[in-house]
Amino acid sequence: MFEAIAFYLFAALTIGMFTITVMTSQALYALTAMAAGMIFISAFFFMLGADFLGVVQIIVYTGAVMALYAFGMMFFDTTRTLVEKRNNPRIIFILGVMAAALIVFILVSPIISTHLEARYPIEAAFGNSQAIGMILFTKFLVPFELSAVMLLVAMIAGIVLAGKKMDKSLTLMAEEEIALMSATQAPKDTEEGAH
Amino acid sequence: MEIYLYIALFAPLAGSLFSALFGASPKTSVTGIVASGLLFISFVSSAILLDYVMMGHTVHVEMMTWIAAGDLYIPFGFVVDQVSVVMMMVVSIVSTIVHIYSIGYMDHDKGFNRFFSYLSAFVFSMMILVMSDNFLGLFIGWEGVGLCSWLLIGFWYHKESATWAANEAFIMNRIADLSMLVGIFMIYWNIGSLQYDVVFAEISNLPMPIITWIGIFLFVGAMGKSAQFPLHTWLADAMEGPTPVSALIHAATMVTAGVYLVVRANPIYGLIPEVGTAIASLGAFVAMFAATMALVNRDMKRIVAYSTLSQLGYMFVAAGLGAYWVALFHLMAHAFFKALLFLGAGNVMHAMHDELDPFKMGGLKKSMKFTWILMTLASVALAGIYPLAGFFSKDLILEVAFVEQHYVLYTVLLLTAGLTAFYSFRLVALIFHGNERHLKYGIHPHEAYTFMLYAMAPLAVLAVIAGMVFKTPYYQMVTHMLPAIEYHIHNHTTFWIMTIGTQLFVITAIAYAYKKYAKAVKVDTKVESGFFYQLLYNQYYIPKIYDELFTKPYRELSKVAWKQIDLKIVDATVDGIANVIYRMGEKTHTMQNGNLSSMLRWMVIGLVVLLVLAIAFTVGYNAVTMRAM
Amino acid sequence: MEITLAHYLVLSGVLFAIGLIGVMRRKNLLMLFFATEILLNATNIGFAAIAHFHNDLTGQMFAFFIIAIAASEVAVGLGLLIVWYKRTGKIDLDIMTSMRG
Repeated sequence: MFEAIAFYLFAALTIGMFTITVMTSQALYALTAMAAGMIFISAFFFMLGADFLGVVQIIVYTGAVMALYAFGMMFFDTTRTLVEKRNNPRIIFILGVMAAALIVFILVSPIISTHLEARYPIEAAFGNSQAIGMILFTKFLVPFELSAVMLLVAMIAGIVLAGKKMDKSLTLMAEEEIALMSATQAPKDTEEGAH
Repeated sequence: MEIYLYIALFAPLAGSLFSALFGASPKTSVTGIVASGLLFISFVSSAILLDYVMMGHTVHVEMMTWIAAGDLYIPFGFVVDQVSVVMMMVVSIVSTIVHIYSIGYMDHDKGFNRFFSYLSAFVFSMMILVMSDNFLGLFIGWEGVGLCSWLLIGFWYHKESATWAANEAFIMNRIADLSMLVGIFMIYWNIGSLQYDVVFAEISNLPMPIITWIGIFLFVGAMGKSAQFPLHTWLADAMEGPTPVSALIHAATMVTAGVYLVVRANPIYGLIPEVGTAIASLGAFVAMFAATMALVNRDMKRIVAYSTLSQLGYMFVAAGLGAYWVALFHLMAHAFFKALLFLGAGNVMHAMHDELDPFKMGGLKKSMKFTWILMTLASVALAGIYPLAGFFSKDLILEVAFVEQHYVLYTVLLLTAGLTAFYSFRLVALIFHGNERHLKYGIHPHEAYTFMLYAMAPLAVLAVIAGMVFKTPYYQMVTHMLPAIEYHIHNHTTFWIMTIGTQLFVITAIAYAYKKYAKAVKVDTKVESGFFYQLLYNQYYIPKIYDELFTKPYRELSKVAWKQIDLKIVDATVDGIANVIYRMGEKTHTMQNGNLSSMLRWMVIGLVVLLVLAIAFTVGYNAVTMRAM
Repeated sequence: MEITLAHYLVLSGVLFAIGLIGVMRRKNLLMLFFATEILLNATNIGFAAIAHFHNDLTGQMFAFFIIAIAASEVAVGLGLLIVWYKRTGKIDLDIMTSMRG
């Protein structure tokens, strides 16, 4: 009973938050609504006994990812009202709903789920974090290492992409210098882009 | 001995491939010399084999497996026996001489190397044809010579008439080859093998109608290659090719392949005398029919071609009446003097700058003495004057007809002998005697290269002695294989009357030809506008009839097929598919507008479609497995 | 009233649909990224739910890796976005038409 109440509560909250994220025209609302939604999702993880996952969810999403997005919003100056051109919103909704319905049908209908069998059963003897550690470092070691490498690559890529011309600081330059730099660099940049 | 067999067979192929290497480059004499040399080697090997076979042996080799599928087993097998060795000798002698001759004849031609490549390839195909030990190998050679004939008739492919003649020859031969193939299939179907020895051993166990049909189908194949009526028109048109080609292919070797087939299949034809009689009758008809056309023709090479046709008729008479050795003997003798005649005609053509109308020549014996002697010799041999080759071979056929009591055939052949003498010497008289009509066309004839004349000399010698010297050893050798029937007229008086009568008749015809044409040529307009002259001059209107009966309806049919079927159905279908795709592209290329947002939307649509398909297939699969359970 | 796997899957589907709608609807690239995060989280719920109800840790493992992928995606994506913004001054999807066919 308690579980049902929690489920419905959080489900409503999550759906509401994400709907705001998707539908609002204020970028700040979208960002905050999504951060809230992420936290509500971690609640499902706790309910499902995936404590470790819930913690990771909060740390990674609401900690790291949201901070990145907040930085991005500041960088792009999207704090004001978004102007987006819309065409055929009805088709978008129909498609989205159809896709969801089909996926749910596939997952819920017995054609697949009856064939499922547990390969790495959860053992009650350990806590969730311990069990995950056991499996992660035995059965999933290679994917784990690969994802580590992937994260490293992503980090380097992010630095290289975003950190170009970091030696020049716009805030410390005079207005004339900035104008000059952007005038000389604009064609050079497009040239680089062509490569 | 096997090594000689392989040398005789593959030396021409080597020559052909060697010449083909230089096929696209300008004239290099080395190709001609190498090709001729290799053919000479082939000739020497054939001669060694002849010597071996004369002693009563045969050579039979199985080079490799060719087709082995289920019960069908056909090897690349070759046999040198009494019959094939004769053909090998004829082919190698004539082709060696023609090759050497061609070095001079094709001297100024751009396609010199190509010519030798084709010519040697022809000899190789002919060797396969005569040496094969089974019907399928024979058929491969048969098609090979057909192909080379096509290539060589159309050698001057920039001339439309040459390509037309080449195609005509090829297509006519296809008609006949189909029939031959049917014959071969019937043999395989009923006997289960295509090896000569097996087939000939088993053939008499078959029911009579089947043997008859096999004989007929094979003979129709022979009719095409040997240009027998009604498939004869291609041979005269084939004269579009270079003259050495006419000498080798369309006189001495390829056209006699039909006779060879009948001789080779003599155990089959021996069982069906009715078909034999039909063959003989057709042969006699063709002999007469072609000779009459030769009487009035105004094209030197065509006259010789009709003469060939006529002589092939003689051979078929002999073969049809069961005198296979006589047919083969005439084939051999004819090859020598007819090749000589053609090569002489080639000399004349060269001298006259490719003029072919003998009425525009005359008096050439002054400037072309040797050619005159050689061609006269060949004509005498063709006419069958004692003691040249023609007397022994051709008059023998007359005797065969007489002894076998086919008096109608005998009469026809006797008349034809007279006609042959007349048209041969009409040609000689027109070309070499009389006043020099060519002078007003500004042509100054000259004799051919000396080595060409030397090359022709062996043929002249053979045309003289082939009958006298070769007859007895030849008879002793071939009768190991072919039915040994001596054709003697037992009554001595009859024999002498016939022989001397025939000789007198022929000599009279020659004298008449000389009298009519050797002096000034008078054009008798009354005769020339007469019905018979026109009939003969237009080759009995047969080309015209074929044109009306087959070519034009076929053209109409093709037109209908093109306009109605091809354009409206086939093309329309293809165009329709292309159009649909093109229009689809037109409509859907708006999808590729580069807008990422709409691409995302399409992606979702794709996802939905895939999901639907996944569900549909899974449900369908489950339904099927459930029912199976 | 028992909460079953179906409940979670339906929730996951609904969230996924919201994400899809966002992906199709948004023209601002940053907002588009938000929508993709929603998609990823929707699947995460599904994985975690299946792991729980089928008593199998594999689902959680997948969710775990998905979070890692989402993190790297954000890093790289934002880096690219910054480069793009430096060059054009806009992050509107409609002006990215260099892939026009």
